[in-house]
This record gives sequence, structure tokens and C-alpha cells, in this order.
Amino acid sequence: MLWERQAAAPENYPTYGRHDRAGCLSCGSTMEKRVVFKNRILPYILVAPQIAITVVFFIWPASQALVQSFLQEDAFGTSSAFVWFDNFVGIFTSPEYLHSFHVTLVFSISVAGLALSVALLLAVMADRALRSATVYKTLIIWPYAVAPVVAGVLWYFLFNPTVGMMAFFLKKVGVNWNHTLNGTQAMTLVIIAAAWREVSYNFLFFLAGLQSIPHSFIEAAAIDGAGPWRRFWTIVFPLLSPTMFFLIVVNIVYAFFDTFGVIHALTRGGPYYATNILVYKVFNDGFINLDLGGSAAQSVVLMIVVITLTVVQFRFIERKVHY
Amino acid sequence: MKHLRKFKMALVAATLMALPGLALAAPITINWWHAHGGVLGEKVNSICEGFNKSQTQYQVVPTYKGSYADTMTAGIAAFRAKNPPHILQVFEVGTATMMAAKGAIKPVYEVMKQSGLPFDPSAYLPTVTGYYTTTDGKMLSMPFNSSTAILYYNIDAFKKAGLDPAKPPKTWPEAGEVAKKLVAAGASPVGLSSSWNGWIHLENLGAWHNVPFGTKANGFGGTDARYTFNSPLYVKHIQQLADWQKDKTFIYGGRTDLGNAKFNSGEVGLYTASSASYAGFKKTCQFEFGTAMLPYWPDQKGAPQNTIIGGASLWVLNGFKPEEYKGVAAFFNYISSPEVMADWHQFTGYLPITKAAYELTKKQGFYEKNPGTETAILQMTLHKPTENSKGIRFGDHAKTRDIMDNEFEAIFSGQKTAKQGLDDAVKAGNELLIKFEKANK
Repeated sequence: MLWERQAAAPENYPTYGRHDRAGCLSCGSTMEKRVVFKNRILPYILVAPQIAITVVFFIWPASQALVQSFLQEDAFGTSSAFVWFDNFVGIFTSPEYLHSFHVTLVFSISVAGLALSVALLLAVMADRALRSATVYKTLIIWPYAVAPVVAGVLWYFLFNPTVGMMAFFLKKVGVNWNHTLNGTQAMTLVIIAAAWREVSYNFLFFLAGLQSIPHSFIEAAAIDGAGPWRRFWTIVFPLLSPTMFFLIVVNIVYAFFDTFGVIHALTRGGPYYATNILVYKVFNDGFINLDLGGSAAQSVVLMIVVITLTVVQFRFIERKVHY
Repeated sequence: MKHLRKFKMALVAATLMALPGLALAAPITINWWHAHGGVLGEKVNSICEGFNKSQTQYQVVPTYKGSYADTMTAGIAAFRAKNPPHILQVFEVGTATMMAAKGAIKPVYEVMKQSGLPFDPSAYLPTVTGYYTTTDGKMLSMPFNSSTAILYYNIDAFKKAGLDPAKPPKTWPEAGEVAKKLVAAGASPVGLSSSWNGWIHLENLGAWHNVPFGTKANGFGGTDARYTFNSPLYVKHIQQLADWQKDKTFIYGGRTDLGNAKFNSGEVGLYTASSASYAGFKKTCQFEFGTAMLPYWPDQKGAPQNTIIGGASLWVLNGFKPEEYKGVAAFFNYISSPEVMADWHQFTGYLPITKAAYELTKKQGFYEKNPGTETAILQMTLHKPTENSKGIRFGDHAKTRDIMDNEFEAIFSGQKTAKQGLDDAVKAGNELLIKFEKANK
């Protein structure tokens, strides 16, 4: 229904996002809200800056990476040979790369899972009007203002096996903390450090989502005898699902791409490749080892992975989301 | 009237602009991209200032570009964008990569020769320049900051354990004994640790014992060289370190120089590190410490030989005018002058790269006033370097260092034996060398 109506609309009408449309459907008037541009060129001029930015900062570098991934050249680019899929064959036959894939999967799912669950817990707690709620909220939002590398360094000092305060306390309670040699500890550390920052971001969205849930629903459920646990899972959680869905996508993308700084500051991919996630490997092979072809091939694979992931999420998971 | 005056002024300005030859020739700018931040960066700036004041023809502009890897990557990117600096500082593991980039660099011996300025390669310390020289003796880059691996020991801890601080361990078995005594006496929780494990316990181990690190004269003989650092001496040494972990004789300090905290916090009493860490330890250690030459295995014939350098050298990039290269040559002569080099050596703890700078420092009584600062140079010049102790030159060696670090972690966490770990490192390293050889035919 909705889609048919959409297709019938004149081409150059600015259209609303699906969220709004769904919203309008429920109030029964789709057409009234549309704004019509009389000038045929104006819309293009208005979107031009955004398109220019996308082309310069995304399309162009991405296409460069694509070209580079088929070449084998020395660092200075003085000799260059077209090698077809050699670079791709190279990475997929490398056990180190396949291991890195596995590490990335564990890392990304853990980071997203941890960041989402902690943020949700904090948001639910902040939503119950506390006396000093504002202070509480501000404090939780703070970490998001800290640059990833700085955050990495802070965690590094806390957990440094020799001089770190947390390492000291852990040793007191009998945990032999040495993430420079223990892969599991290193992984745990980078997951916590990466998720820490994302908790703030998720918290903001969850809190906004929670505050938009009408209180009458919850009150009605309470009158019907539903306990807090039941009220949360049957009312609050489903109504939060659009927020949840959005955050899952954002968090997975964050864990895949944005966590470079944390890894670089804390473990540099070690010990023994335990935290060598794909995006760090791209950096390491490209910028430290100057293997531009191999590094470009990896970034192309990474790009395909994230595009696929996002498409899958929108195609299949979004259907289960209530708006 | 007003208009006329404006017009006149414009005329004068236009004339001045049109005839730059009439005005005093502006100094030629020489760009130098380096990797020294903080105090060292300020020192670099003051060296350039000194050069700029010493003459009027050239102006050297130093720019800090971040870590060694950042600086090299920046230089390469700038070259690809056809806007490179004249001088690029490159760490020692990037040497083979720079050498292979034939169209991108201009060898230092050529720069000096064409400049017509006096240049005597034999004035430099052979163990330093050897690293950056072709097999037929042509100097490719100008050494600037070079250090080597030495042993640091905590004198206070030695005293507490009843050990003689004047007698630091000479051999590895002795080092093990000393470490055990330190732990037993409670003078330090752990005996020994290290920074830069691959550089010290593999690359320098080979040179120090006159054992090849790879084929073809450690890679100096061509790009078809392969690694051999899984031969018995290497396996024995690394296995010993791994075994020493059980009774806290040894502890893995982490990658790069992260382990420094273990020494200056007093966690270990013995520590192998770069001689350039001296200044840092002087500042951070709240105890007295001494330096000694690296321990060696007494049963290895030919040990101790001499150790090899780490650090960086200055590469000249291609594509500039002859007069600009003349400026580069003049600057290289300036930094090699005994006064400038001796000052740099004494200030930073890097080696003096010329014999004259070394002599000058001796004459100034610096080594007597600062005990322990001469260890590095004595160890570097202990014997005439051999094929195995001249240095190493392998393509993509930065990546191999990364491989070594990972294998060390597998060995020291008990996932692999030293033999397995080193075999795997050599195998992975050689795959890189094969790729490098193919790409640089």
C-alpha cells in the first residue's frame, strides 16, 4: 500500500523518510504534509554540498582503494604492476588474516553487546527521575567527548601491568594481570575500553527513547498487575526497538572501524595477534609495513563486509522492528 | 595627489617584484622532516637554527612529523604527491625499503660529491655508517641518531642483594645468577627484563656473537637474502629467557620500550635497552644505576664481537635543483662537525657518529663526569665489524619486527617453544622477503 502510493508521487517531490511516513499512515494523511518545490534545479543545489562531501571524502578514496587493491607497487610508487586478484588471494590464503577475521567478530559483537546492555541499564535507571538526575546524565555523557586515542592511553595507564592502578588491585585479589602476554586479558581490556566510550552515545539515545514512551502505557500495565520486570520486557523494550535497531547498526560500524585508536594505544594488535582486528591490520600493513596493495585489498573486503552487514540488518532485522 | 602617490608606490612595488635579482638573494629553503618530538625536537630546532645563523645562503626548516613510521609514511606520500622534503629521517629498519626506491632517493655520497664540498667517509664511525653503506663502500644516507643495546643495572638493588656494583654480569649465565640472587634477596621482585626484544635479543644477539642473522651477508649482498635467525644460538638464548620466567629470573616487558617502566619502578634489577634510554632513566629512576656491555654466551666462539645500531638516518630525496643539493651537503657537513655532533651525543645519549666528535667528548671529560655514557660506543667499536656484525638489511623489516614481537608473545606465554616460535617467525619473514624481492626486481 504504502509503497504504491510512494511510486505514484511525482519524481521531484522531496519525500520523507520511512519513519515519518509510517507515522503519517497512522494519522491517516500522507499527502498533506508534502512540500512541493516549484524550481526544478533548487533541490539539486540544496543537496549538492552533501554530495560533494560524499564524493570527496568517501567515493573518491574508496575508488582509489579499489584501484590500489589490484596493483602491486613499491612504497614510492616508482614501479607498479597490475596483478588482478593476487592481493585478494594473498590475504585470503594468509592464516593471519583469517585469524584477524575471527578476532574482529568476537571483538565487534562483544563491544556492541556490552555497550548496548550497559547503556540500556544506565538509561533505565536515569529515566526514573532521581534527585540529581542531571548530574548523573552529564557524567555518563562525558566519556564520549574523550578522543579514542586519549581514552586508550587512559586505560593503558590504569591497566599497565607494572604501574597501573587497576592492575595493582587485580593482583591484590589474586588475578595475575598481564595483558602484554595474556591474549584473553588483552581482548577483555580492549573490549571494555572500546565499549566504554560508546556507552555514553548509546545512553543518550536510549534515554531519549525511554522518555518518548507514554507513561500511560506503563501505568496501565502496572494497574493490570505487571511487575517492573514484566513491564520492561513487554512494553518498554518493544517500544525501544527502533532505537535499539539504529544503535546496533551504529555500534557494529563503530566496532569495525572506529576502534583503531584504542587498539593502537593499548595492544598494537598483540599479544600474538590476539587483538589484531581487521581495521588495525589494514593500518599496520599499509602504514607500517608499506604493503599498499595488500592493505587496499583488506580495506575493500572490510568495505564489502560492512555494506553487507548494513544491508542485512535493514532487510531482515528491521522487519521485526516496531515503529 | 593622493592617487599619484599610490600609483608611484605601486610602480615601485611592481618593479621590485619584477626584478628579484636586484634585491638580496633570498636563502634557499631546505626542508627536513624528522621524528623527534619533545626535548629532542627542540634540540633539532636549535641545531637547524645554528646552521641557519652560520651562513646566509641556505635556510633549513625542520618539521616534526610524528613517530618514525609516521615520518616515513608522510615522506612517501609527499613523494607520490610530487612535493617531497629534501631530507627525510628514516628509521634503520626502513633502510632496505629506501635503498630499493631507486628513483626516489639520491645517495648521500652522490650529493656530497656533486656539491664539491669536502667529504671524508672515513671520518665516520664504521660501525655506524656500515649500516647505511653499500657493499662497495658507498654511503647512501647520513647517520644522525644511532644507539645500540646495552645492559642497565640497579646499583641500589645490587647492594641490597650483597652483589658488587662494580662487577655487573658479563655473560648470560652470570646474568641469570645475578638475577636469581636479586630475587632471592628481595632486592627486586623480578630479575631481568628488556625493551625492543627483536632488536636486542635477535638482531644484536647475532652480531654480538658473530652469528649470521640472514644469508647474503645479513642481506647486504642482495634482495635474495633470507632470514636464518632460527639457528641454534638464537633458539638457545630465547628458550633460556622463556625458562627463566618460571622462577621470576626474567619477565617479558612488552613491545617497543614499554618495559622501561619495569626498570625505573624497580621491578627488575637488570634491564637490556637502547643506550639512548640513558637520559630518560637519569630523569625517572629514583635510584643509582649503572650500564654495562650486553652479556654474551661464553661458549660461543667469537663472542663478544660488536653490537649493531638502531635509530635513524637522513635520506635525501630525488628531484631537486643542484643548488638545493649543495645546501643539503652543507647542512650535512655542519651536523657532522665535531662540536655539533659532540653536543648532540652528550645531550641525547645517541652515539657520536664521527671519530672527531668522540675524541672531542673524551677531551671534554664528559665520560668521567657521566659514568656509564661511554659503554655504548666502547661496545660498538670493540672489534672491527664482520659480515655478521655490520648490520642487517632486509626488505619490509619493520613488518618482520612485528612478526618477531608476536612470536615472542607466543613463546613467553608458553603457547610455543622457542624453536617453534623462531621457525615460524623466519618462515613468515622469508615470505615477506620473497614478495619484496619480486616487487623490487
